[in-house]
Amino acid sequence: MTVIPVDELRVADCYQCGKCTAGCPVAARMDRMPNQIVRLVQMGGFEAAIASAAMWECVSCQTCTTRCPKSVDCAGVMDKLRALSAERPSPEQARHHTILFQHAFLKNIRRHGRLNELELVGTFKAAVFAKNLEIPFLFKDALLAPRMLQRGKLKLAGGSVRDRDVVGRIFDRCLQSRDRQGAV
Amino acid sequence: MELGYYPGCALHGTSNDYEDSVRACLDALGVGLKEVNDWICCGATAAHSINHKLSIALPARNLALAEREGFGEILAPCPMCSMELLKASDLVKSDAALRQEMGRIVELDFEGRTSVLNLIQVFQKVGLDTIKAAVKSPLEGLKAACYYGCLLTRPPETLRFDDCERPSSMEAVIAALGGTAVEWNYKTECCGAGMTLANTDIVLDLSHKILTNAAAHGANCVVVACPMCHVNLDMKQADIERRTAVRHGMTIYYLSDLVGRALGLSDHTLGIDRHFVYGG
Repeated sequence: MTVIPVDELRVADCYQCGKCTAGCPVAARMDRMPNQIVRLVQMGGFEAAIASAAMWECVSCQTCTTRCPKSVDCAGVMDKLRALSAERPSPEQARHHTILFQHAFLKNIRRHGRLNELELVGTFKAAVFAKNLEIPFLFKDALLAPRMLQRGKLKLAGGSVRDRDVVGRIFDRCLQSRDRQGAV
Repeated sequence: MELGYYPGCALHGTSNDYEDSVRACLDALGVGLKEVNDWICCGATAAHSINHKLSIALPARNLALAEREGFGEILAPCPMCSMELLKASDLVKSDAALRQEMGRIVELDFEGRTSVLNLIQVFQKVGLDTIKAAVKSPLEGLKAACYYGCLLTRPPETLRFDDCERPSSMEAVIAALGGTAVEWNYKTECCGAGMTLANTDIVLDLSHKILTNAAAHGANCVVVACPMCHVNLDMKQADIERRTAVRHGMTIYYLSDLVGRALGLSDHTLGIDRHFVYGG
């Protein structure tokens, strides 16, 4: 049974004015637009909402939530849908670059406490390659690397936290009730 | 004045030019920064996308570390970090049970006594009159499009800073430096933020619109106070130009770059010469 905290997100109050979609910078790229997603969730169409790829296009800019005249937390709905879709992604979603990126990001900070950018680029690209076999993607940013190095913007060793174990324990405690959420 | 300092991952990585700039310009203004000991990543978009509890716990650990060191205020120059820290702080302050749970999860009890400031708020604390009086080379000829992006003002009930649809706090700093700020339409539109690697096309399209609108309103530079905005508008600008076949050649400054320049600091000290689009 899928749980979306509709009360907390004030989904019932939506009257379909469409302001969320009007202000959304990526609505045109979504298979279902923000107001349609809110409507689906309002009507109990949770599975259809989770099956959408809209939330993986969402850039979390918060414009929808900020402008909603009924204080519906549309960006919060997108967060919730991402969390649910990340728990048990469809094969299509599991290949989505954004979901692979978020997982690689969390794995990375769990390991180091702070982001190791170079390692993130490597693990993310490897994950995309493993799922999609996109060879051009592997080399897409290769031209940027020497220019970043030249500017001292690419560090080969990232910063690490002295007490790294505590970060792992924080992850464990947050994820324990949720079946460790796959790769993270 | 001495403040606690939470650099966040970006300022210790790709955006180390921002850190140089912030440190140099605040040093010139007599603001000392003391880094929060053993800080960890705030979790950023990945944490709030995938696990709500984690998105509170990671910033909560940092708030607890800062409180243990006795910092009343910390500067978080990255708006993503400051938003996550503020959100976690509000949640634990208003919910005693959550505060206790977080104390257990992050292995440090805390009350939420440390407040979090963005860079513009630190300039306001120093005082725009003080900054104006310290200016050695006024920024004549500068026509800045002040770009706030998303998280400096949104969500407004968390940030409680400036006007979320028509902010003007950066314009006030530019005026104090003797520069001019242009009126334009994309002050609070999103640049694509953390999608730089995962969904690059979004970033290139959104950032192209921002640069285009700034130029159309007569700006000769864009001013940001966010490491992600700078990456997308500066480092990715060549990619934007290739994708759209439009030449922008727009210089992107961090707000601290311009304060530092007006105070007489060199581009090298401020890290401006390490930007990708560098017009001198």
